Amino acid sequence: MHTVGVAAPGIDGWSEGRSLLANGCGYQGGGEPQLRAGSLLPANERRRITPTIKLALQVAMEAVQSTDNDAQRMGTVFATSTGDIDLLDRICRTLALPDRAVSPTQFHNSVYNAPSGYWAIACGSRMPSSTVSAFEGSFAAGLLEAAAQAVVDDIPILFVAYDTASPQPLGRVSGCAVPFACALTLSGVPRAARDVALRLELVCGEVEDRMENPQFETLRSAAPAARSLPLLRALAAGDDARIVLPYVGERQLSVALSPP
Amino acid sequence: MRAFTLTTALGAGVQANRESLRQRASGLRPCDLADVSLDTWIGRVEGVEDTPLEPALAKYECRNNRLAGMTLAQDGFEQAVAAARERHGAQRIGVFIGTSTSGSLHVELAYRALDPVTGDLPASFLYPYTLSAMSVTRFVCERLGLHGPAMSVSTACSSSAKVFASAYRHIRVGNCDAAVVGGVDSLCLSTLYGFHSLGVVSSSPCRPWDAARDGMNVGEAGGFCLLERAEPGDRGALALLGYGESSDAFHMSSPHPEGAGAAMAMRRALHSAGVPAAEVDYVNLHGTATLVNDAVEDRAIADILGIGTPCSSTKGWTGHTLGAAGAVETLFTALSITDEFIPGTLNTRTVDPGLSARIVLDGYDVPVRRALTNSFGFGGSNCSLLMGTIP
Repeated sequence: MHTVGVAAPGIDGWSEGRSLLANGCGYQGGGEPQLRAGSLLPANERRRITPTIKLALQVAMEAVQSTDNDAQRMGTVFATSTGDIDLLDRICRTLALPDRAVSPTQFHNSVYNAPSGYWAIACGSRMPSSTVSAFEGSFAAGLLEAAAQAVVDDIPILFVAYDTASPQPLGRVSGCAVPFACALTLSGVPRAARDVALRLELVCGEVEDRMENPQFETLRSAAPAARSLPLLRALAAGDDARIVLPYVGERQLSVALSPP
Repeated sequence: MRAFTLTTALGAGVQANRESLRQRASGLRPCDLADVSLDTWIGRVEGVEDTPLEPALAKYECRNNRLAGMTLAQDGFEQAVAAARERHGAQRIGVFIGTSTSGSLHVELAYRALDPVTGDLPASFLYPYTLSAMSVTRFVCERLGLHGPAMSVSTACSSSAKVFASAYRHIRVGNCDAAVVGGVDSLCLSTLYGFHSLGVVSSSPCRPWDAARDGMNVGEAGGFCLLERAEPGDRGALALLGYGESSDAFHMSSPHPEGAGAAMAMRRALHSAGVPAAEVDYVNLHGTATLVNDAVEDRAIADILGIGTPCSSTKGWTGHTLGAAGAVETLFTALSITDEFIPGTLNTRTVDPGLSARIVLDGYDVPVRRALTNSFGFGGSNCSLLMGTIP
């Protein structure tokens, strides 16, 4: 792993996120993250993107800006549990009306891989991209997929996990109440002295890691993409660690970190 | 490709589908989905309304999972998976399913029944088991008793082709020894009205590559395949030989006009398999019958394979099954190899003289050793898979 991007309530970027996580008790939640990534796109595309798309692009942009890897040469893996659930709500309300006037832009933006498509347009990259989902295991499943691609296809991978706040009535049932996104750049082999080695393993019957800070723990539970927080905390601390993340059914994903 | 099964507008199971391909019997019908008043044709699976899920899995109730359940029940597929589970262990079998609709129809209907006072969804609406993109994958895991790596892939029309590539990688790095891959998408208002709003839907049965083609038809389907690492004794067996993936980086709903992304996916598939273009005996086209897709895909075919390779689109039989198209058409391509039969292209009368690919209109018997299938989706997501018999 090379670099990190993050955007969450009260966390605008890895620089801020890293000190809050390393500190442990300073996090108080906060306002919605600032999203500036629309500037990556030409004006006609920028007009069309939704807040969910901006959220995913924001952390992608951050992770890529601080790496030596050319964004154009990186494959991408996006992981989300709820997709653009905000847009889905609007489409469903439209379809409940007699004339069902779904707009073409709404429709093509509603695919789970919309952020992936806009990111490719933004950096002019024809590298492969995938978008995966595994409910609360979406971050872990995405990380496992990104790692497999990095190793087997031998390409650097930008991995982005994101979930947007669900509007009501879906908010009560979707498992996602706040926006959260994070991104990691990964390769199958180390490239720089500051790279962190990650070893991934699917395990069974282990207990997922929680956050000690109650505000961070609330955040971790409030968005599937935020299940990544224990890993981000370990990255911030910079020590050897083994993190257990929720995956699917009775399985968990263990991530062993060896910083340089 | 140890075992496979599919259920489409042509019927439930491999036999019904292969017979329809041979007999040129389309599964398309004028759109009769409840409450939809669009002038179009659809590929609708018969009997979904009459096939509830078993009580133990009732929480998964929605059209998409019913279709998944109906599909799994055919061709001894569940038994083949059970045997693989015996061989490797339940935790060593992955499940990777592509879907774009998931339980869309279910939530669309729920929004018509919101509580008039609170605005809440009906209490019976269970997001994780119906609308969540992961729902169909969880359903398959639970139905088949599998506990290995699992996820849904949701990349529009390339979803259930990409799962084959994912499974290959997870088996290769040792996360599992076998995998159930597939795709399930079902008819819903979002896709019917959504594609209609883009002006890409035909009011007739679709005519891929036709000079007078005027758009696609939406379909629904399920398709599953059991992939397992090849053993020495598998010489001559049907296998995934290679995969290629790419992005168009052009536009969310229009492909790159020169087919650059499509060509890249095809080139990568051939390269990954170490198979030269000249050895491809058949291509199952993405072939949606929109003006743009067919023109662009034609350029990519000419670029990578030239104008001699037999190609056809099977969407005139099933419609465009979206998130299930990758799996369904991969399995049609597999059948071209096992059955030594290249299917034709239904409804097409006159191939567009401006296009150059060698389009097969009437199917014919011929040995097929290496065949390619293309799946290209919104957001410029491209995937090509090469399959053949293991040398």
